[in-house]
Amino acid sequence: MLRTIGLAALFMAWLPLARAQLAIEITGAGAQRIPIAIVPLAGEKVLPPGISTIVRADLERSGLFRGLELPPLTPEPNENSNVNYAEWRSRLADALVVGSVTPRPDGRFDANFRLYDVVKQKPIGGLGFTFAKEQVRVTAHRIADFVYEKLTGEKGVFSTRIAYVVKRGNRYELQVADADGAGQETALASFEPIISPVWSPDGKRLAYVSFENKKPVVYVHTLADGKRHVVANFKGSNSAPAWTPDGQRLAVVLSREGGSQLFMVNADGSGVRRLASSTAIDTEPRFSPDGQWIYFTSDRGGSPQIYRMPAGGGEPQRITFEGSYNVSPRISPDGKTLAYITRNSGKFQVALLDLSTRQAQILTDSEHDESPSFSPNGRMILLATVIGGRGVLSAVSSDGRMKQRLSTAAGDVREPAWGPFVE
Amino acid sequence: MRAITVSAIACAVLLGACATTSEDQKPAPTESATKPPSTTTQPVKPSGVTPVEAGKPTATSPFAVLKDPNNILSKRSVYFDYDKFEVKDEYRKLVEAHANFLKANPSAKMLIQGNADERGSREYNVGLGQRRADSVKKMLTLLGAREDQIESVSLGEEKPVCTAATEDCYAKNRRGDMLYNGEY
Repeated sequence: MLRTIGLAALFMAWLPLARAQLAIEITGAGAQRIPIAIVPLAGEKVLPPGISTIVRADLERSGLFRGLELPPLTPEPNENSNVNYAEWRSRLADALVVGSVTPRPDGRFDANFRLYDVVKQKPIGGLGFTFAKEQVRVTAHRIADFVYEKLTGEKGVFSTRIAYVVKRGNRYELQVADADGAGQETALASFEPIISPVWSPDGKRLAYVSFENKKPVVYVHTLADGKRHVVANFKGSNSAPAWTPDGQRLAVVLSREGGSQLFMVNADGSGVRRLASSTAIDTEPRFSPDGQWIYFTSDRGGSPQIYRMPAGGGEPQRITFEGSYNVSPRISPDGKTLAYITRNSGKFQVALLDLSTRQAQILTDSEHDESPSFSPNGRMILLATVIGGRGVLSAVSSDGRMKQRLSTAAGDVREPAWGPFVE
Repeated sequence: MRAITVSAIACAVLLGACATTSEDQKPAPTESATKPPSTTTQPVKPSGVTPVEAGKPTATSPFAVLKDPNNILSKRSVYFDYDKFEVKDEYRKLVEAHANFLKANPSAKMLIQGNADERGSREYNVGLGQRRADSVKKMLTLLGAREDQIESVSLGEEKPVCTAATEDCYAKNRRGDMLYNGEY
């Protein structure tokens, strides 16, 4: 029943998040949202802001849920309490989350929760976690992922991470944060530009382009230990890295043989070989999720357009036809749609092309959109745009109905990349 | 009621979840393409003392002309039209002078940094900047410079000299800069 609820309702809210430097503002229209009662977990007050608060913020930010306002409940229900379905129905809840947080002798905590379908009057499932104090947010995101998946049928992305570049003055930082913008960490700081970060399929490494040598050079950077190595530093420019779906190799753009051309290179920098040959700018390669195709931007037809060719090389086919500037191709995780940037009456906006019907739809109304990036479940597209002269991150649902904005108090944010699911 | 709760399964996952990061990038301050003139000679005083700055090119060094504001070689920038990469006629003399300098000084090396204005995709703009740098390089080699003296690279839209969103600014940023070894 819950799975078939349609999507469409208005939603305007500020959701300020404690400790988050990237604040999230939801500005768009959401769906007919599932009303859900997320009862504060019994005993969660010892870990502010409370796991239930983070779970609710996650679910509401998806645009698919509406957290119900609840009066103080005595006694505090937990995962073992009997559920009075009639009472929760009268509060208009379709779903209910109850649980508890218990301190352990070793200083860590146990969190247990259970999710109920109030309409069908039956439990859906539950989980238990043991976690340290610093892992409150990670734990809450995992609970939100569980609830989201059980009630919508698709995987949640609350425990995934995003990467982006912040520019403050002449300082550039490559940062990684939770999908809600909290818990950001700086992976790399430089006084020269950093662009085009892309996550390895296992979520452990980032490939990117750094200008620290007065020219673009491609690096691979392991996040856990901060170790990085050069993947491509040939004569000329080295840019636009894209991982193969198996994480073994990268497509890159090199000018070492003249022009900007597509090459393949192993992730350790060995085995470079040319992939294609043209007299045009060929750049921004991306592999389809099945690894069969490389989508890329090329101006071989006179204006920059999106093409694709077999991943092993071969005859390119043109994909975009409308307009004179279509760039930055990104394939959805299911391989069925293509997000890209189109110039529309002088405005650079995110468009989505259905690859089977060839129907394109513009999803944003901003003017300086760049670098679209799908969430790993395909529901949202993260992008960089400019608002009030400042670079901010924005997200739009792939149906175009809901929009979010992530901005930071100081500096320009750009070059977002949404990381993969992490197990 | 059926017990569905699973306990303590995510512990190991959670412990491994938080990646540490490091900051291993040393500051790399930018050197601008047009540096101020280095040595300024004072008029010779009655005592006959000429001030000398150690470590700077002397007037007899062939590279000194590169810094002489009265010499065309002190000019290093070639500007391009929107979406174009051909070197315009007005810059031919400048490129020719640098080609002659590279010919006359076989040990001289040059880095050409191509640039684009901020509009559109960063990576496509890397491509446009590369095309502009390649175009300057091609003209230099046609005029007699050795191919291995020159590296052409792109900074895309990343190093604007002018940051306003105006046509004037965009024009200043569509640029190729010629830098000699020691200047980058």
